[in-house]
Amino acid sequence: MIKTMLIAALFALGSVTAIAQTSQEKGLAIAVEADKRGEGFGDSQVELKMVLVDSKGTEAPRDMRVKSLEGVGEEGDKSLMIFDTPIDQKGVAMLTYTHKDKSDDQWLYLPALKRVKKISSKNKSGPFVGSEFAFEDISSQEVEKYTYNYLRDETFDGKDCFVVERFPTDKYSGYTKQVAWIDKAEYRALKIEFYDRKKSLLKTLENKDYKLYLDKFWRPALSVMQNHQTKKGTRLEYKGYEFQVGLKDREFTKNSLKRAK
Amino acid sequence: MIERITWWLVRHPWAVVIATLFLVVATGYGAKNIKLNADYRAFFSNDNPYLQAFENLQDQYNKVDNILIAMVPKDGEVFNTRILTLVEELTEESWQVPYSRRVDSISNFQHTYAEEDDMIVESLFEYSADLSEEEIQAKKAVALKDPVLAGNLIAYDGKATGVNITINLPGINQAAEVPEVVGFVREMVAKYEEAYPEVGFYLTGVTMTNNAFPEASAQDIKELYPIMILLILVLLFFSLKGMWGTLATFSIVVFSSTIAMGLFGWPGPEVTPTTLSAPVMIMTLAIADCIHILMSYYHGIAKGESKPAAMVESIRINFQPVLLTSVTTAIGFLTLNFSDAPPFHDLGNIVCIGVLAAFLLAIFFLPALMMLLPSKKVSESFGENTKMQKLSEFVIKHFRPLLVSFSVIIVVLIALIPLNELDDNTIEYFDWSIKFRSDSEMIADKLTGVQSMNYSLKADGEMGVVDPAYLNTIDAFADFLRSQPEVRHVGTFSDVMKRLNKNMNGDDESYYKVPNDRQLAAQYMLLYELSLPYGLDLTNQVNGNKSATRMSVQIDKITAQEIIALDNRAVAWLEENAPQYMVTEGASTAVMFAHITERNIKSMIGGVVGALFLISFIIMIAIKSVKLGFISLIPNLVPAGMAFGLWAVFDGMVGLGLSVVMGVTLGIVVDDTVHFMTKYVRAKRELNLKTEAAIEYAFHTVGVALTATTIVLCAGFLVLALSPFAINTHMGIMSALTIGLALIVDFFFLPPLLLQLDKNKNETDQSKGATS
Repeated sequence: MIKTMLIAALFALGSVTAIAQTSQEKGLAIAVEADKRGEGFGDSQVELKMVLVDSKGTEAPRDMRVKSLEGVGEEGDKSLMIFDTPIDQKGVAMLTYTHKDKSDDQWLYLPALKRVKKISSKNKSGPFVGSEFAFEDISSQEVEKYTYNYLRDETFDGKDCFVVERFPTDKYSGYTKQVAWIDKAEYRALKIEFYDRKKSLLKTLENKDYKLYLDKFWRPALSVMQNHQTKKGTRLEYKGYEFQVGLKDREFTKNSLKRAK
Repeated sequence: MIERITWWLVRHPWAVVIATLFLVVATGYGAKNIKLNADYRAFFSNDNPYLQAFENLQDQYNKVDNILIAMVPKDGEVFNTRILTLVEELTEESWQVPYSRRVDSISNFQHTYAEEDDMIVESLFEYSADLSEEEIQAKKAVALKDPVLAGNLIAYDGKATGVNITINLPGINQAAEVPEVVGFVREMVAKYEEAYPEVGFYLTGVTMTNNAFPEASAQDIKELYPIMILLILVLLFFSLKGMWGTLATFSIVVFSSTIAMGLFGWPGPEVTPTTLSAPVMIMTLAIADCIHILMSYYHGIAKGESKPAAMVESIRINFQPVLLTSVTTAIGFLTLNFSDAPPFHDLGNIVCIGVLAAFLLAIFFLPALMMLLPSKKVSESFGENTKMQKLSEFVIKHFRPLLVSFSVIIVVLIALIPLNELDDNTIEYFDWSIKFRSDSEMIADKLTGVQSMNYSLKADGEMGVVDPAYLNTIDAFADFLRSQPEVRHVGTFSDVMKRLNKNMNGDDESYYKVPNDRQLAAQYMLLYELSLPYGLDLTNQVNGNKSATRMSVQIDKITAQEIIALDNRAVAWLEENAPQYMVTEGASTAVMFAHITERNIKSMIGGVVGALFLISFIIMIAIKSVKLGFISLIPNLVPAGMAFGLWAVFDGMVGLGLSVVMGVTLGIVVDDTVHFMTKYVRAKRELNLKTEAAIEYAFHTVGVALTATTIVLCAGFLVLALSPFAINTHMGIMSALTIGLALIVDFFFLPPLLLQLDKNKNETDQSKGATS
């Protein structure tokens, strides 16, 4: 009898703790789950068209390809970005090592100079090649790069979502906060709002036309970033996603950059 | 007709007074919707090509609205840990300014240098408190040598430095946004002022300019209006010699400006200081109507007539001249609608409404009101004018010398007009009582040019900005501009590329030149862009598809004509040395204001000429003579010409305020002529007087009244000279001058002119008329 009561009490306590999960813990749990669902893709490559749209609607496109290699253990992902246009920057290749606990490392290969140059690592919050994306928006979203706070549930674009705030841990980040809408079914970021250093809404990212690859990995075919302060925008159009094509670690080194094609 | 109406009015005074009060309150309530404008663009019509060029520039690159915070240490030493820490902290905190897009200073300047085979991009001063003296000196050398910083954010002599905040207002409610930004910055700066008492802080920039407009408006309301009211009371008391008439007139003066501002205010407009000079003008103009009516009324009372009878008689004889002068004044002010600067449209329309309201109140409300006020003992002094007698005798006796000497004076003064120089300058629009002015002058003295020009230089297609030929051309253009004496600083993209080329070649000075290979330049730029931190990107200098760059030129505080001349030299250089697609005119607020007066004068001419014809036509009908109508053109036109001639001698700088003086004064100057001519014509036609006698009659009947109203008008317009806003000040002084000269011309030049031109023919006309 006493034993039964004790067990019941423990259960009650357990459920109380479950309820008492703080909003920070819930936010983190959602981020961890989203990260987990993206695990195991191995490697991938995709063609990317970046279209800059100014406040008058004039468009300026640029083509590139991105190759990614999933990090093993404590290592972050590695990525290689190869520029195909504009013609004057054709063949420029950028290698990035993301790190969970420190700033990312980046190198750039300049074919006209035939040299690899390291990019100042602190500054990844500036606009990426003149677009409305900062490099920190498109680089691998490691869980450790933010602290989290779950806000509420909300329907976005007809899907049930968690709305989670996240705060960059890097002091050189261009943002004070981001608010992400993550759908409950697949843990995909459907929309992210970015708040600048004075805590004003700066821009909104919407990821659209998600497609499923290898029955497991969701990738958007279109990402649209709108800057609310400058009224400029940028579209990222992804084409021809391929997964597990056998990319190797040695293709993601400083020395291999010169040969990247 | 008007007699019957007046009889009804004087018999139902309470009904009239209460109805009027109701009307005034109902219309005047709209004045509460008026907001103080905080945008220099208010002075430009939407189709102004210089505004369009500037907006176009801002669409392509970042907005160039800014606040520059200058810091001048009293010991002249910027480069020590204390001041550098101040700059660093202020730079960091400035990112918190509402609507800020970008913050630049020597501290977050992106210093690039070679280290082994890499290019390092980092803030020039970071953790300044920990820097050693050697490190500081090394960085000081970098700052004073870098073409981006020196003469811009650090004085050439290193004794002053600045933090420049680029502001991007949403523009939804600029009247609220600008004070919000400025309030934040001032509060922030006040904090540092307290912590660093040994440093002087000064603010300037486009946003500060915008903010100076509502501040000048507020000062106008706070200081000008009370002075105006006091002045009116004093003038009225002396001319009407009694309290009740003064109060009655005062109420009409206040009511007419209330009605005008109220009707104008209903839609919720934004106003500049210029618009706010309207009540002062209305009050001035409304007085004249009342003085004419009350003087005749007191004459009647003095003669022993009853109050109603005296009033009815006064309205009967004054109705036509008061109507005529009100209409011509209204027409004159309506010509301001031809101005290229919208605030003058508002000013013209408000004064027009006010003048017509004053007319209606004087004719319909004043008679009723006077019935309710105690009548007074009127001294016999009304109408006594021995001085006028002497004046007319003098003028008639010496009419030939007067005619000759005045003709000479007039011709000489008019010949001097071209000596005037056009000058509009948003800094000098504000007098030294507005802090923006003194701060800007200080910054111009210690740090950098506070006016600017921008050239958006097109390259040959997308990514064309990295073409070595293009870069060499803009570099040569920058050199040309730097060699101009008015230019303080030039910011050009070619400096960035030259520095990168040097860095990429191990900081070898011999590589401090434009890269000679297009692809190399493109790839340097890409590397650099990828290295820049938040907010410090190239978008303020290079457009989206890299097909044009912006060259920003800081210039001294120079006149409009000098700005236009500098721009013309720049355009000529481009035409000679650059491909045709690169040729462009400068764009900036300074350029916009440099052209504003000329454009405004051009657009006003049509309106003023049209109004002149209309008014002359009205005069011809009123005096029923084409010939005399033409003669009256001379005293109507000449005063403004003389005034501008005198201005050339004493000041010589013609700004926006003066471009509308013709329109403002035209209808007022005409009034003197109308009064004089109607009396003169009546004397000749009705009293069959000869020219001399008719002139004496005109002097005798209207001389005192014209002198009195001229004094009132001059005094009223001179109140505007106390405004902190130069457009108002100049408009006030020049209008007063023109109105004063008009009286002199009407007294000393018009009569000799009539004696010369109207004598023989009219005398024969009259004898013919008598015999037939």
